[in-house]
Amino acid sequence: MTLLRPDLAIIAREVKAGARALDVGCGDGALLAALRDEKQVDARGMELNRDNVAACVARGLSVIQGNADTDLSDYPDASFDYAILSQTLQTTARPDLVLDQLLRIGRQAFVSFPNFAQWRIRWALMFGGTMPITKQLPDRWYDTPNIHHVTIDDFRSFIAERGVRIDGQWFLRGEKLISAGAANLRAQHAVFLLSR
Amino acid sequence: MSDDLRFGLNRKVSLPGPLALDGGGSLAPVEIAYETYGTLNADASNAILLCHALTGDQHVASNHPITGKPGWWTRMVGPGCPVDTDRFFVVCPNVIGSCMGSSGPESLAADGQPYAMRFPVITIRDMVRAQAMLLDHLGIGRLYAAVGGSMGGMQALTWAATYPTRVASAVVIASTARHSAQNIAFHEVGRQAIMADPNWRGGDYYHDGKTPDAGLAVARMAAHITYLSEQGLTEKFGRRLQDRQAKTFGFDADFQVESYLRHQGLTFTDRFDANSYLYITRAMDYFDLAEEHGGHLANAFRGAGTRFCLVSFDTDWLYPTSESKNIVHALNAAGAPVSFVELSAPFGHDSFLLDVPELNRVVDGFLKAGGQ
Repeated sequence: MTLLRPDLAIIAREVKAGARALDVGCGDGALLAALRDEKQVDARGMELNRDNVAACVARGLSVIQGNADTDLSDYPDASFDYAILSQTLQTTARPDLVLDQLLRIGRQAFVSFPNFAQWRIRWALMFGGTMPITKQLPDRWYDTPNIHHVTIDDFRSFIAERGVRIDGQWFLRGEKLISAGAANLRAQHAVFLLSR
Repeated sequence: MSDDLRFGLNRKVSLPGPLALDGGGSLAPVEIAYETYGTLNADASNAILLCHALTGDQHVASNHPITGKPGWWTRMVGPGCPVDTDRFFVVCPNVIGSCMGSSGPESLAADGQPYAMRFPVITIRDMVRAQAMLLDHLGIGRLYAAVGGSMGGMQALTWAATYPTRVASAVVIASTARHSAQNIAFHEVGRQAIMADPNWRGGDYYHDGKTPDAGLAVARMAAHITYLSEQGLTEKFGRRLQDRQAKTFGFDADFQVESYLRHQGLTFTDRFDANSYLYITRAMDYFDLAEEHGGHLANAFRGAGTRFCLVSFDTDWLYPTSESKNIVHALNAAGAPVSFVELSAPFGHDSFLLDVPELNRVVDGFLKAGGQ
C-alpha cells in the first residue's frame, strides 16, 4: 500500500478483494485508489469538498459531490459490501442518522474517529482549561469541522443501544496499533467494523 | 485509413433509412453531416462521439465555414487535449433537424422543395438513433465515450439509456434529464418571436431570400441571456454606455449590454436557420428521460454498463446543479458508476464552452480512467 493514513491502512487491509465499497467523505480519494488498484474493489466515493471531488475524478475515481447528512438516502439498501466513514462521523450534523444510513447501504460499515478521551486531550482540558489542540485535533474550537466530539466509550454505548454488532475493532496511537486494554484512555484513533 | 472517404473534415453521408421517429412518422433518406478527428484503431475501440448543443454543429475543432471562427470546443478536443485526438477517434455529427448539412427543414423533400414545416417534429432520441446509424456506417460498434454539454449532454444520457451496450462511458456537462417549465417557457418566447416575424410565413421562406432574421435574432437574444449569469453580465457590461458619454433619451442601443445582445442576435442569423431553431428547441422541450421509462429516471439506466461523469456549474441557472443531482440520484439508485462535481465558474450555462481549467482536468481524468 502507498502511504495511507493509519486508519485507512487498516480499512484497506481488512476489505475483501473484489468487494463493492462506498467511502463517505473520501477526501482526495487515497483509500479509494488503494482499494481499486490493490484489491480490485468496485470503489465509489462521496465527498463534500468540490476541489477534492475534482481531484478524485481527475484520478479516475467514481466520486460524487455530496453530503453525508443528506445524500446517503439516495442509495438503495445493501448496495455495497462496505460503507466506509473515516474521520467524518464527528463532523456530521446527526451522527446517529448517518450511522443508520451506513448500515442500511452497506452490509458492513467501517467507522473511524479521533478519540476525545485520549489522555493528552483529557490533560489539556483538565489542566489547560481550554479546548484541546493536539496533533490529531489541530483545529481551534471555533473553526473545527468536528462538531460532535466522541470518545471510544461513547461510541461503544451508542452502538450497543442500537443493537449494532461489532465485527472488528482496532486502536491506534499515532501510527501504531495498540491493544484494546484501556483504549478509551490510550488510543488516539479507533476503527470499528460494524453490522446489523 | 486516411484515404477512406468516410473519415475527415466536412463529411456528409446520405443513409437510406428509414429512421422511425418518436412522433410516429419516419425519415428517409437520413442525411448526416459530420467530422472526424484522429484515427480509428483496428478494433474500433477508441471512438468518442461528441454531441453538440442547440446551436452548435459538427465543426467542433475545425474552423466554421460561415463565420471562419475556430471550432466551438477547441479547448477540449485536439492533440493533447482531454478529448485527445492523438489517442481517440472523434466523431462529431450535426444533429438531424439542424441546418448545417444534416436532414432538417431546409433539406429538400421528395417533391424537390424544402421540407420547411413539413419536416417531422423530432426528439433527442431521434437525433441519437440517427447518430447510431452513422456509427454503423463508420464501423463503430461500441463507443469509448459519448460526450456533450447542454443539449449534447441530453444526447449522451440518451445514448446510455437507448444503447446501453454501445457506450462504455458518458460525459454529461451542464445538462438535465428533462426540460423544466422555465426551460420550455424561454424556448417558447424564442419560437413566438420567429413566428411573429412577417417574413416567417408559416416557415415557407426559402424561395425568395427573405428570411425571418428579426424574429430569429430576438430568439437568440432572449436565449443568450439564459446562457450567462447575472454576475457575468454585471462584470462584463455593468451599466456602461456604448460609444457615448450620456444617455440619448431614445431607443438606440445606449447600453453596452444592449449593443452586445443585438450583435449576438444579428450574427446568429448569418449561420442559423429559423425553422431549425423551432425544431431543435421543440426536441429539447419534449425531452424527459424519465417519462420515456415509466416515469422513473433510474429505470433509464438499470442494467447499463456505462460509467458516467456529470458536471454542473454553480452559476448555471438554465440547467442548475439540482438537475444534475437528480440524474446522480437516479444513477445511484440504478447502481451505475457515477462521478459528479459542481464546479465554480463565473460564466453561467456557457461555462462548459469557456475557460474552466478544472473542467478539462475532470474530463481528462475521467476519460483516461478508461471505457472498459
